[in-house]
Parts: sequence; C-alpha cells; structure tokens
Amino acid sequence: MFQLLEPNRIFSITSKAPKYVLLLFILVVSIGLTEALILSPEDYKQSHSVRIMYVHVPAAWISLGIFSTMTILSIVSYIFKIKNFFLISKSLAPSGFVFNVIALVTGSIWGKPTWGTWWAWDARITSMLILALFYLMYLIACRIYENKEQVLKITLIITILGIINVPIIKYSVDWWNTLHQPASINILSKSTIHSSMLLPLLIMTAAFALFSLLIFLMKYNTELIKIKNKGLDRL
Amino acid sequence: MMTELFYMNGYGIYVWSSFAFTFLSFISLYLVIKNQYMKEKNKFIAKFGNLNSERAASARLQRINKEILSNTSTI
Repeated sequence: MFQLLEPNRIFSITSKAPKYVLLLFILVVSIGLTEALILSPEDYKQSHSVRIMYVHVPAAWISLGIFSTMTILSIVSYIFKIKNFFLISKSLAPSGFVFNVIALVTGSIWGKPTWGTWWAWDARITSMLILALFYLMYLIACRIYENKEQVLKITLIITILGIINVPIIKYSVDWWNTLHQPASINILSKSTIHSSMLLPLLIMTAAFALFSLLIFLMKYNTELIKIKNKGLDRL
Repeated sequence: MMTELFYMNGYGIYVWSSFAFTFLSFISLYLVIKNQYMKEKNKFIAKFGNLNSERAASARLQRINKEILSNTSTI
C-alpha cells in the first residue's frame, strides 16, 4: 500500500492539483466570508466581535489537526523508514505554524473587547503558545540538520514531546479555571452553538482546510523537485 | 448598511483587523511557498539543460523528471 504513495507515482497528481484546490478555496472562502461577515447574526452578549470566531476557531482546529498528523507521520516514518512520510510531515509544518500564529493573534484581538486585555497567561493561550514553539523547533530542525537520520530522530522527538501538549490544549478549559469558555461544539454530545453560527464556522473550516491542502501540495512538490535536483547533481 | 458593516457597533476595528491579519498571512505564506517552488523548478530546468544528451536521455526516463519538465504551467 505504501508503494502507492511513492513520490514518482503521485507527483503527476500533486503537480496538477494545486490550481484546482486554489479555485475551490476561492469559491468556498467567498461563501464563508459572506456568511461570517454579513449573513450570520451577532451574539447577544459579544455583539459583532463574535465574528472573530470564524477565523480564530478554524485556525486553532487546523493547527492542532496538522500537528497530530505530523506526529503520526513522523512515528510511522521512523519505524518503517518511509522517507516520503517525513516529506509529507515536513510539507505540512509551514501551514500548521501559520494557522497556530493566526489563532494566537486573532485570539489576542478578540480578547481585548471580550476580556479587556490583549494577553493573559490563561491555560489554553499558554498551551497554544507552547505548540507554536514546537512548530518553530520542528521547522528550524528541518532547516539546520543535513543528516537524514539525524533530522528524522530530532523531528520525531519534537513531535512526540509536542503531542503531549495537544490534549492539554483540548481539555485545559475543563481542567483549569480559564478565561476561555468550555467547548461549544461536541462530536459525541449535543453542540451548544446555534446552527446560524455553526454553518459559517464549518464553511470557514473547510476553506482553511483547503488552503492548508494547497500549501501542503506546493511545498511537497518543492521538496520533490529539491530531491530531483540533488539526483541531477549525481548524474 | 455599508457603515454598519464596517463599524459593527464599534467592534469593526477588531473584526476587520482579525480577518485582515488572517488573509495577509495566507497571501504571505502562499507567495513564500510559490517563490521556493519556482526557484527549485528553475534550478531543475537549468541543470537539466546543462546535461549532455546521453545523461539527459537517461534522466528523462524517470517519469517524475518528465512531469517536472512538462508541467510548466504553475499554480
């Protein structure tokens, strides 16, 4: 099965896919922005500031999802020595990091009208900041280590240590008294968010997921061409 | 209607700056990654052009090399 994921086999798909993903992203994000900024209602308590949720929450969800995926890929890549999985993980990291920064910055902007402060050392904000540092360490490690074995080991350690933080981010609002409210969207139980707000939130999440797919494809293609460039040097 | 959309009961500055930061980050990331992609691709094309005919023929046998060379239309 892993052979199906060989770079030589999938490059023909990954090299053509970005333009279609970009078109789809523009379409979905246009619908999402219309819903988020115009059609969705204001909150009875937070008024229009609630609209920040439509960029803040999807960014946080996707950065957490990407880091979890990177950890799984790093472990599989290290155990089964599948270099392509490391390449996929490495290509996911830039968008994951940017989404993490977006979640932190938009959260900070949202905090000012809601809590009266730009920053608080609240459990969730602090754990998100720690996740950004793990992303940063991962990106730096990929840049500074030339040796393949070394980079596989270092990035594996970073992702394993970083993944410990992911459940802390998720459950921090239940474990500690934080400024953040408990989760409004639950998969197993009934969500407490109204459908008029849930719909734009889901559309914006889909748009952000498409954007991360676009960046992943472009970065993955770049990494493959980089390898081919090294191959041409050896010819 | 337009004033309300921009002003948002006084929250406009927070809402619009959040959305602006998000989309500026998107555009910056897209441009950085696209730039890296173009740089590597141009390097590949230049290196391929410098190969002698025998080596170019052997390199061209690899499907992925053909794909890189043929797929000149970029994102």
